[in-house]
Amino acid sequence: MSENGSDARSFEIKVGLAEMMKGGVIMDVTTPEEAKIAEDAGAAAVMALERVPSDIRRDGGVARMCSIAVIEGIQKSVSVPVMAKVRIGHFSEARVLEALGVDFIDESEVLTPADEAHHVAKDDFRSPFVCGARDLGEALRRIAEGAAMIRTKGEAGSGNIVEAVRHLRQVNGDIRSLGALRSEELASRAKELGAPVGLVKKVASLGKLPVPNFAAGGIATPADAALCMSLGAEAVFVGSGIFKSADPEKRARAIVHATTHWQEPEEVLNASRGLGEAMEGLELDKLDESERLANRGW
Amino acid sequence: MAQPDVGILAIQGDFEAHGRALAQLGARARPVLRSHEIAQLDALVLPGGESTTIAKGIARLGLGDALRAFADSGRPVLGTCAGAILLAKRAESPGTAHEPPPTLGVLDAVAQRNAYGTQVDSFAATVDGDAARGLEGLRCVFIRAPILAELGPGVEVLARVEGRPVLLREGNVMAATFHPELTDDGRVHALLLTG
Repeated sequence: MSENGSDARSFEIKVGLAEMMKGGVIMDVTTPEEAKIAEDAGAAAVMALERVPSDIRRDGGVARMCSIAVIEGIQKSVSVPVMAKVRIGHFSEARVLEALGVDFIDESEVLTPADEAHHVAKDDFRSPFVCGARDLGEALRRIAEGAAMIRTKGEAGSGNIVEAVRHLRQVNGDIRSLGALRSEELASRAKELGAPVGLVKKVASLGKLPVPNFAAGGIATPADAALCMSLGAEAVFVGSGIFKSADPEKRARAIVHATTHWQEPEEVLNASRGLGEAMEGLELDKLDESERLANRGW
Repeated sequence: MAQPDVGILAIQGDFEAHGRALAQLGARARPVLRSHEIAQLDALVLPGGESTTIAKGIARLGLGDALRAFADSGRPVLGTCAGAILLAKRAESPGTAHEPPPTLGVLDAVAQRNAYGTQVDSFAATVDGDAARGLEGLRCVFIRAPILAELGPGVEVLARVEGRPVLLREGNVMAATFHPELTDDGRVHALLLTG
């Protein structure tokens, strides 16, 4: 007998798909052909977008949801889940993706924000959402809104792993530090974090987020993926890192291999051989604060 | 078996959730990625995840023979969702041009992938009243689930939802199109351990 979707139960279904992506690599793709290359290389899902983050960064202008024709083409070309990005706060773009049957919606700082004060009320949707976070407070604010997966923001399109590492360490360090607190201290910590007390207490008792916690933003090599997995990420997103490299097919397979075998340095070594040039990287201290995508959203 | 040694294929997917479910039943559960590890196990789980991704990993790591040999040895095997697809004799992707992944062919059934639709069609449901003894009222979570069809004569249906088989057994091989590892009900994993 099918159940009518109460909020708690529909949340369980959303988190269920996020669980299925664990240990996998989610790859940014801009065409059905790229999506097929990603799937053939072993991607656990693909993320449809118009331009990869490094091109958005280079070209400027307003970055919006991907065109429908591209998303539909990608849905036809692959059987792995298809994700797509919407602008922060743009719930109408999200409704369009939901109607299109997109499997996961990324409310993403990589696109130009549509609302500087409000994120999408994600509980109202049947589609699951993933959101970026730099620390535990931000992660829990997104989960409170209904996000079924959290990823680090990192610094998308930079080819520089430093921000993803910072955000992973921050979120996981914040979680570990809750373990030392008494109940009333958790309440004041919740206030400092700007997160609901109930969720803070839940995280303290679980010792982890109540949804999967993935890494994103700056992953360019197999060793970058292995580093994120070692720091507690449960899967990785790779944006510009694959299709802006010299040999996308080979690099995609290599990052998949390193994500499965992150605990085996010889395997990460094997995956790292003969890949050709990685994408060009950015030194982040040369970036103006206003150019940092991670500063979008709260 | 006092404390059976259960391996969970850890290429990709929710293998940790299976580990937790098995640990609660007192089994020693560990992730496996190598043929020699698989050969030593008392029981094997193929988890949920992406069947295409896991099938590519099986090919890349050359695990197909070890997995088939394990199933042929008569020791218990459980596949859930993507894992069930991989156990089947063949996978199909009805209504699409998607190329289905190669399967192990140790369960006499055909897996129709994503048969209920995309994620917005994922759902939870309770098994029909004709479930096998001990499985009454089992609640099942279906995520982009397959349907198992064209069941061979040796395949026993342990549970159905709305008339469709969701939990099957053929000898030592058991397949669930849902995710018993995502709920707190340990009855399906207990069946793997006790037969």
